Amino acid sequence: MNRIFAVAEVVIRELIRRKDFYVLFVLTAAITLLMGSITFFNEDTIARYVKEICLLLIWLATLVITVTTAGRQLPAEKESRTIFPLLAKPISRTEVLLGKFVGCWLAVGFTLIVFYLFFGVISVAREHELPLVNYLQAIWLHWLMLGIVGALALVGSLLLTPAANVSIVILGVLGIWTVGEFLNQLAARTGGLVGWVTYAVYFAIPHLEIFDLRERIIHGWEPVAWGAMGLATLYAAVYMAMLLTLAALLFRRKPLN
Amino acid sequence: MGQLWKMDSILRVNNLRVEYKAPSEPGGVKLAVRDLSFEVHQGEVFGFLGPNGAGKTTTMNVLLGYVHATGGSAELFGVDVRQPIARRRIGYLPELTYYYRFLTAEELLRFYAKIFGMRRQEADRRIDELLKLVELDAVRRRPIRTYSKGMQQRVGLAQALINDPDLLLLDEPTSGLDPIGRMKVREIIQRLQEQGKTVFFSSHELGEVETVCNRVAILHRGQVQVEGPVKGLLAQYQCNLEQIFLKVVGYQPPVTP
Repeated sequence: MNRIFAVAEVVIRELIRRKDFYVLFVLTAAITLLMGSITFFNEDTIARYVKEICLLLIWLATLVITVTTAGRQLPAEKESRTIFPLLAKPISRTEVLLGKFVGCWLAVGFTLIVFYLFFGVISVAREHELPLVNYLQAIWLHWLMLGIVGALALVGSLLLTPAANVSIVILGVLGIWTVGEFLNQLAARTGGLVGWVTYAVYFAIPHLEIFDLRERIIHGWEPVAWGAMGLATLYAAVYMAMLLTLAALLFRRKPLN
Repeated sequence: MGQLWKMDSILRVNNLRVEYKAPSEPGGVKLAVRDLSFEVHQGEVFGFLGPNGAGKTTTMNVLLGYVHATGGSAELFGVDVRQPIARRRIGYLPELTYYYRFLTAEELLRFYAKIFGMRRQEADRRIDELLKLVELDAVRRRPIRTYSKGMQQRVGLAQALINDPDLLLLDEPTSGLDPIGRMKVREIIQRLQEQGKTVFFSSHELGEVETVCNRVAILHRGQVQVEGPVKGLLAQYQCNLEQIFLKVVGYQPPVTP
């Protein structure tokens, strides 16, 4: 376990010292602050619309940060050949992979907290109330969702080139967000072989939309039942475990020379 | 006596065979190492020599677990090299410096100390000791990317020694270093030998090998052609190591008209 955290620490140190990470981070924070602080005639609907845009921005920025960060870990290690002195130490490839995942996931979690903190401060300043439970639930589920995305990007990085991996994972995640939940309806309407294939895709893909609590924050709805939160956590854990197992199997077989 | 000799060997390669897929080769396979067998004993400085493409790096890659052998076996301290635990008591210095350039020398050594599960105090003491040994104490908090090539090579040597290894694998340790740098590396190797450490190193600097090594193996086309104590070989062939090497690899000097 110490070895996994040692690798994770190096991942975090690298992110802290990378300038492109800061650019995206600062840009998103600045836009969130700017948009959140604009007053539109004290109109409620417009204020909610602005909140929606801010949250969408946070979702897209964290998605890009997660995919680019997780997707580049193993190819960068191989390209810079830093993997060689590392694997000459008593550490397994699976531990390296898990360390990379944990490092990315923790860094993204920190980013997420900062973004939501900006957003929360702006919301409180405008609406004078803070639905804390809603916020905490939203951050938690968002983080779990990004864990699945990060694991997916790690798998992709072992099969595709870095550019192809980033593009395919981002497009895939956006596809799941937008149409994933409707695939069963589409399958029912289509029928036949195409219908079965659509059903298979519907059951195979991780349903990332279940981790999306943006509407609850925007409209100030009731928090999600804790049982449902537990089930969503379990669902995310199973997907992360499956994807990381697949990544470990691929990485173990991957020639490094 | 034979049994005692066997017990003494800490690196053992037995009928090692490594094949690569190579569509351009007849049969679609390139044989990088064929039925290679040798042993390295406790306290020896063993020179692993051969022309480019002889199979030295492939053998080194198998010993470090980067490449899996197609046949035969390789063991470090009696443990199969495919097990990460086999690398617990070794230190490895790659030919070129492949380290996290965003880390400082101190951070890099601390990272590797964590991989070896060293306690904080023990790691601190060892890092101080090694940075003094390789004369990088004054620049320990500067990122590695700001170091000269010689300094980076010395960081490499320090990381290879972090766990106080019993066996050091050095891949062309003096390549690209100036005469002073070479001398320092040679002094360190000799100091390690005095401490009873075993050193396995590949090099093209045959004069250096002749000075430093007790025993050598010369590889050609994936097989050991000559193996034995340096003094014995020099006496047997009545020439220096470079001439022995050239004879073994079948070098024919051009005939002058």
